[in-house]
Amino acid sequence: MVGMATAERYLLAIGTKKGLWLANSPDRKQWSLSGPHFLMSEIPSIGIDTRDARTRIMVGVRSEHWGPTVAHSDDLGETWTEPEQGAIKFPEGTDAALERIWQIYPDADSRPGVVWAGAEPISVWKSTDGGEHFELNRGLWDHPHRGEWGAGYGGAAAHSIVVNPSGDNVHVAMSTGGVYRSLDAGSSWEPRNKGISAYFMPDPNPEFGQCVHKIAADPAVEGRLYAQNHHGVYRTDDNGDSWESIADGLPADFGFVMLSHPRREGTAWVVPLKADGERIPPDGNLAVHRTDDAGSSWKRLDSGLPDGEYNAVLRDAASVDSAEPAGVYFGTRGGSVYASADEGETFTEVASHLPDVLCVRAAVVAQTG
Amino acid sequence: MTEISVLLPSVLQPLAGGQSVLTAPVDRAVTVASLLDVVTGDYPVLGRRLRDETGALRRYVNIYVNGDEVRRLQGLDTKVAAGQEVLVIQSVAGG
Repeated sequence: MVGMATAERYLLAIGTKKGLWLANSPDRKQWSLSGPHFLMSEIPSIGIDTRDARTRIMVGVRSEHWGPTVAHSDDLGETWTEPEQGAIKFPEGTDAALERIWQIYPDADSRPGVVWAGAEPISVWKSTDGGEHFELNRGLWDHPHRGEWGAGYGGAAAHSIVVNPSGDNVHVAMSTGGVYRSLDAGSSWEPRNKGISAYFMPDPNPEFGQCVHKIAADPAVEGRLYAQNHHGVYRTDDNGDSWESIADGLPADFGFVMLSHPRREGTAWVVPLKADGERIPPDGNLAVHRTDDAGSSWKRLDSGLPDGEYNAVLRDAASVDSAEPAGVYFGTRGGSVYASADEGETFTEVASHLPDVLCVRAAVVAQTG
Repeated sequence: MTEISVLLPSVLQPLAGGQSVLTAPVDRAVTVASLLDVVTGDYPVLGRRLRDETGALRRYVNIYVNGDEVRRLQGLDTKVAAGQEVLVIQSVAGG
């Protein structure tokens, strides 16, 4: 009997406006690219689930003609499966139809099979079968604030979901409703936006209605989260009860991306954009900024990035992997994708001239060969 | 008893087992909605490509009955007579 060798490789899934590309690397420096998968459909969300001793890639797919759906692959993109009845479908009586899947979030290792999704119209969904069928979270769907939530330019969606290790504590971020927290695993929800400015509203400090662009949890400190807002970068150390600005030291407080380190306390990344009215990297100089002290200071990281880049980086077009040191990845609306094997110190180009990058996700995967 | 034929664009045919035409046996006029219920009954993924979960026709999916797009008629309540053909065509939208 001849044994099959299994090696660890890096998988980077790139969702664009016109399809999915998959990049594969042994070292996070040299990449081979396959695609497009789902040509002419946008891929606004990707989840890579490495639990249960297999790699499942889940994608939110949306065709302008044929609507949205969720598909998954258990063979690194060789074949794709779409559940016959649809993985995410609004139940009768809601009088709503799925528009776009904005987030696919595999839960903790201790809860294999559990996958969360955030969608447009604003809704949160939970699967217990590895993302093949999702159930609507009724607590958020029936929330009395729903009629007052607004739509950001990209649509009214729940775009960020963060679940704590014990599973009882869930944060959801939506544009434009702000951050909502559940302390009972998603049964009931309350807004948690104190300290986050909504300068675009008559009352700039409302209970909810903030335009949060992305949230991420610090895995090493229970109750600590980071948020990139529509102007404003924030941290909470009390599970969302209050937020304080950590924007000092950044060239701009606008942006869409917020990433946290997979393990290390106090480390997070943002990709600043100049301003609300000028959504480009400041002066056309694209850079990632990293904090290693929970936002007290920021380090500019642009080694390997091009001079003169005028494209924005969208909220889910950035990701980290779980390796040591952590890899950092992002893509631009101009179709360039960059990878760093050293936590952002240096970047290499993975791909260029793709359609607008909407989402990237990276993972360390086992590959048999 | 006769049939109504529903002609599919090539991009949707893989979702109908490779068929370009689906037929529904009828003995009287039926609505487009009930016709779609019948012909997509065995092909639920195809059905979801045409209509969302509220039953509404997707915005950029056009269905023609006797050369007229159903939105200019009675929408999915438009009646189709036995023997007629129904065309499904994607709208020329997008960039």
